[in-house]
Amino acid sequence: MATPAVPVAVDMEFAKNMYELHKKVSPNELILGWYATGHDITEHSVLIHEYYSREAPNPIHLTVDTSLQNGRMSIKAYVSTLMGVPGRTMGVMFTPLTVKYAYYDTERIGVDLIMKTCFSPNRVIGLSSDLQQVGGASARIQDALSTVLQYAEDVLSGKVSADNTVGRFLMSLVNQVPKIVPDDFETMLNSNINDLLMVTYLANLTQSQIALNEKLVNL
Amino acid sequence: MASRKEGTGSTATSSSSTAGAAGKGKGKGGSGDSAVKQVQIDGLVVLKIIKHYQEEGQGTEVVQGVLLGLVVEDRLEITNCFPFPQHTEDDADFDEVQYQMEMMRSLRHVNIDHLHVGWYQSTYYGSFVTRALLDSQFSYQHAIEESVVLIYDPIKTAQGSLSLKAYRLTPKLMEVCKEKDFSPEALKKANITFEYMFEEVPIVIKNSHLINVLMWELEKKSAVADKHELLSLASSNHLGKNLQLLMDRVDEMSQDIVKYNTYMRNTSKQQQQKHQYQQRRQQENMQRQSRGEPPLPEEDLSKLFKPPQPPARMDSLLIAGQINTYCQNIKEFTAQNLGKLFMAQALQEYNN
Repeated sequence: MATPAVPVAVDMEFAKNMYELHKKVSPNELILGWYATGHDITEHSVLIHEYYSREAPNPIHLTVDTSLQNGRMSIKAYVSTLMGVPGRTMGVMFTPLTVKYAYYDTERIGVDLIMKTCFSPNRVIGLSSDLQQVGGASARIQDALSTVLQYAEDVLSGKVSADNTVGRFLMSLVNQVPKIVPDDFETMLNSNINDLLMVTYLANLTQSQIALNEKLVNL
Repeated sequence: MASRKEGTGSTATSSSSTAGAAGKGKGKGGSGDSAVKQVQIDGLVVLKIIKHYQEEGQGTEVVQGVLLGLVVEDRLEITNCFPFPQHTEDDADFDEVQYQMEMMRSLRHVNIDHLHVGWYQSTYYGSFVTRALLDSQFSYQHAIEESVVLIYDPIKTAQGSLSLKAYRLTPKLMEVCKEKDFSPEALKKANITFEYMFEEVPIVIKNSHLINVLMWELEKKSAVADKHELLSLASSNHLGKNLQLLMDRVDEMSQDIVKYNTYMRNTSKQQQQKHQYQQRRQQENMQRQSRGEPPLPEEDLSKLFKPPQPPARMDSLLIAGQINTYCQNIKEFTAQNLGKLFMAQALQEYNN
């Protein structure tokens, strides 16, 4: 926000304006607190926090360390608590809170996709087609399975001591593949495949039908 | 929808002066060639769109918003976006243009790109090829040549993979929309097929290094995703819904075709009647001449036989385009499911 020597200023007009605009889209959202980039909490934070305690009851202060001290981008959250001798010098202390990340499914899928840019050279990824996605998902499961296999082999060869809970999880995992009579499974599989093929055929038929209609209309 | 169109139209024209220098200057592609070959989206925009739908969209309502960014050579870079409030009944005095202007002005203060480059919309099972979308996109593209519309399909995304597509109107369709002439002859002249209405622009997602650092942080802290929706076999509900929508559209299309056929028949019948009338007139005139009487005056044929109204062909084009989209979606879906079924089969075989 500002260098320590200069008094800090917050554009309250701007903040109010943006909040009004935002409320038009999501009328149920409230201000919960404020964030700042930077490594530590300064005296300025106290002042700004005071301002926000008027906007929201017990505001949360979030810091995102974009200067990457300690080689990590640490994200921390604080609430302010009063401290000091009551009746005499009172101060404000920022007590840290635990930060957890929660996602809902679509968000999770979006984040997973965006995360892939970490692995590409120029940080660019394209959106993949249908079957490629299934391939990607099965590759992920394959990786997970190989980790599990590695663990099992280690236990068998005695490198790692066996853990009962893990063993029980593995048992339930293997038993999750349902035991179906092969003939029944064949019929199920075939009927499903037939349904899908029929739908594909109908879709193609519809497409050629409208193309034909186009040609006839433009004769 | 009407006020939304006007809003975007006037905003687009007023902001084209700000976007003009950046957008139009760099956007002149070759004639007939599209100005934008690729759309580059920031991860931030993707997440914002997802969040907007999650919080404000329910059921069949669409959520919309504006995309901000800039044009670099033949790439359209989208760096930020902001959502548009829903159209509710008690918003009679809500000024959308003002909202947009306010938003852009405020964003300029925090150094966010404030140039309009397009808009986004969520869709319900892929049914987005409507007249409203066409009009909005036309007004956007008319003002800012490189604008795209991003279509986000939340239901398909919930099935396992992000479904985000960027569309533009083809130059030919732009011409037709400019003329506002949707009669059969005009469309035939322009030679537009339903496949050539919208063109899809490939999307890439790009993140800054700082965001990549954040991603690494999140990866460490967040639990492994416990839902592998993509590999679930029980997704026939989705297919059923898609097929139902497809059937509705096909019904609409057949009605439209019937209308067109009746029109054609009426015109041809009218032509015949005109022809017969003319012939009778000529015969009578010849008879009268032979009898020495003055010939009957030539009556104005066009007043006697009013030609029937040609039906607007735009709607049928849109329906055809929509059917095409549905079919594409269905085919993608069946391809995925076939793959999954074969995997299940392999698993079973190994078990036995």
